[in-house]
Amino acid sequence: MGKYIVRRLLQMIPVVLGATFIIFAMVFALPGDPTAGKCGERPCSPEFVAKFREEHNLNDPLPVQYGKYLGKFVQGDLGTNYYGIPVKDDLAKRYTITGRLALMAIAFEAIIGILAGVLAGVRKGRFIDNLVTVSTLFVISIPVFVIGVLLQYLFGIKWGLFPATVPSLEASTWSLVLPAFVLGSLSIAYVARLTRTNLVENLRADYVRTAAAKGLTKSRAVGVHTLRNSLIPVVTFIGADFGGLLGGAIVTERIFNIQGVGGYIWKGINSRDGVAVVSAVTVLVIVYLLVNLLVDLLYGVLDPRISHD
Amino acid sequence: MRGTTRTVAVAGISAAALLLAGCGGGGDEGGSTDSGAAAKTGGAITVRGCNPENPLIAGNTSETCGGNVLDVITAKLVKYNVDTAAPENDIAESIETSDNQNFTVKLKKDYKFHDGTVVKAKNFVDAWNYTAYGPNAQLGSYFFEPIEGYADLQSEDPDGDGPQKAPTPKAKELTGLKVVDDTTFTIKTTEKVSNLPVRLGYTAFSPQPDAFFADPKAFGDKPIAAGPYKVDSWTKNAEIKLSKFADYSGARKGNLDNITFKIYQDSNAAYADVQANQLDVTDEVPASAQIDDKYKTDLPDRNLQKPVGVIQTITTAPAKVDPNYGPEIRKAISMAINREAIIKAIFNGTREPATGWVSPVVDGYKADVCGEFCKYDPAKAKEQLAKAGGFKGGKITLSYNADASHKEWTEATCNSIKQALGVDCVATPVVDFSTFRTLIHDRKMKGMFRTGWQMDYPSIENFLAPLYGTGASSNDGDFSDPAFDAKLKEAAAATDAAASNKLYQEAEGIIAKDMATIPLWYSTTTMGWSDKVTNVKVTPFGVPDYAGISLK
Repeated sequence: MGKYIVRRLLQMIPVVLGATFIIFAMVFALPGDPTAGKCGERPCSPEFVAKFREEHNLNDPLPVQYGKYLGKFVQGDLGTNYYGIPVKDDLAKRYTITGRLALMAIAFEAIIGILAGVLAGVRKGRFIDNLVTVSTLFVISIPVFVIGVLLQYLFGIKWGLFPATVPSLEASTWSLVLPAFVLGSLSIAYVARLTRTNLVENLRADYVRTAAAKGLTKSRAVGVHTLRNSLIPVVTFIGADFGGLLGGAIVTERIFNIQGVGGYIWKGINSRDGVAVVSAVTVLVIVYLLVNLLVDLLYGVLDPRISHD
Repeated sequence: MRGTTRTVAVAGISAAALLLAGCGGGGDEGGSTDSGAAAKTGGAITVRGCNPENPLIAGNTSETCGGNVLDVITAKLVKYNVDTAAPENDIAESIETSDNQNFTVKLKKDYKFHDGTVVKAKNFVDAWNYTAYGPNAQLGSYFFEPIEGYADLQSEDPDGDGPQKAPTPKAKELTGLKVVDDTTFTIKTTEKVSNLPVRLGYTAFSPQPDAFFADPKAFGDKPIAAGPYKVDSWTKNAEIKLSKFADYSGARKGNLDNITFKIYQDSNAAYADVQANQLDVTDEVPASAQIDDKYKTDLPDRNLQKPVGVIQTITTAPAKVDPNYGPEIRKAISMAINREAIIKAIFNGTREPATGWVSPVVDGYKADVCGEFCKYDPAKAKEQLAKAGGFKGGKITLSYNADASHKEWTEATCNSIKQALGVDCVATPVVDFSTFRTLIHDRKMKGMFRTGWQMDYPSIENFLAPLYGTGASSNDGDFSDPAFDAKLKEAAAATDAAASNKLYQEAEGIIAKDMATIPLWYSTTTMGWSDKVTNVKVTPFGVPDYAGISLK
């Protein structure tokens, strides 16, 4: 087990290096000069451009730029973005808030999604099953910004049950409930459907019949034996989804004014702010890899047949 | 100018009714004109802000996010009247000249910076020298171009962006600025500038305290200025807290004790917060709330619309880049654009068709300079095209930056041109604003492209000289007419403001003859506020008059 983890961690190094270089090259391959839009419709003065290019190493060839960046990156210095704000401080704050949001969304997914899936699975073909199937279909078919704006209007503005937006400073967990629910809504539907399908499939398996035959109660047969097996694809989905929620929360973040990672990357790309984009995405890659490792380890817990030795 | 990526992008989104009639009396606040004395003082509010792109240094801010904050924390020599945009003395006791070239500025004695030091003539001269000095790379540097000695503070990089460093400029100080005593200094301009006093109200002309020069970088995080409010703290990406400056001795003191700029990335979120009464003022009403004037029912009696000094135009590529868009062709195209219909269909009837090249909010505006060429008339347009020898370039292109909502109106404009002239017209997206501007700046953009201009200071001159003067900094179409240049010079020399404006109007008439660019429409700004506040007004720059806002 320990050996397995060490091996996986070592494998991450080339993946991270490769990913950063590709992102770095891609950001710099984008057309448009970073200084072109900085002074409005008026072109920037040559002095401004020269100082700007000098400060951000833009005059070096790409591999040199990358080398300089990497050298600092290894020492934990992520540099400053084009607005002179240290990327590290920015990212720390933004990953904290987006991370909280994503974790809460995952909690919604896991709790509501699995519960609905199990209910629908064990009562296959009955009312609750149809209700879950139809309502999840409904959620999946609506774009997330519609759900977001609608819930914001109803709960935030009309009824005033939740804050309409999230305060930028010291965002309370309470103010994040609504955005997290919106962010997770699509995945709740997927998790419910995934759980239901797997459960229905596994309920027909031989070992479930055996469990019933040896006199186990239904709740134990379903809860312990069937569900554990059925959750493997669900855990895979949730794991992959966590990374996706971190980078992909941009729509939800804009609606609820959360200064998160998605908006940071979007803005960075728009202003050709290579250093900011690469650092933000690199962190994202690392999170993805770690979550993936965690998911792989969870397989072993859920199904002892999958061993990592 | 104060329009960066964001402003320009927003200028395309935020459309609002331009009601010239409502200009003088303010928006829905009706008759409340100068209610400074009657307004309640004290209290705290939260207003919409956005992320300043640069440290808060008056000479280095060219965008609205930082500009809005600087506007309320700085005091300049003159201040623009909120309602009329006319310049009024603030720190200046008097600005006198007899020849439009040598100005004597006398300061009032009792102005103080937020750190308690007195505002002296030296603070102006030092700050202006710093901003103008090329190697300091300040974004507001170009404002000092008219002052004598400016050229010696700049240096060209001998090989563009190459390995060689630009040489150090010849001088470090503007020869045109001289401190006479603590409260007097003189300004000498290279050429005659009739509207210099008007320009001096722009943020770039703010004085800087001695503390600034010690460490400009750290200063930008917590600036010290002489305005009615001072910065208490700036938490990046979250909020900027201001409080009232007790020692401000100007005429228009702030009403509120505290103003907090809460930073939003999206105007929809700010608007939602205003509706929920969690935010007090938003200076941007999102496009979604402008459809069918929805904001008027969402925020009854808590909204305002006012024209601002922004004009949208279509510029054609210089003749050496694309020879197919000569003056006569431009006139035909202009007459083929159904401005009213596009404004109605795309902007919900909330813009004013342009009848010239100057925004109606400025001193010296004259209506209908463009005349028949800015009026939609498909028959005449076709006739004009035939007279000009027809369009030889195959199809007309209208380029826009695709990262803001310009697609709809450019396509509608092209459709209008296509139907009227019978020449194919294609709205061509360019991936984003920075690529778009690079293409235009490098003179690689062919055909027509969208351009916008937000005034730096409320003067007719600002809509002409920087845009259409030969070799001017924002002359994207390389327009050049010696008669126009001569007229600008003449207008700058006129000592009487009215005479000067008249000459500028004549200059505008000259660019009308050659249709330097195709004027489209004038922009407006729309704002909304919570039911907690009152006395919300907007300056001709489209910035809320924060100091005038008060609680109910």
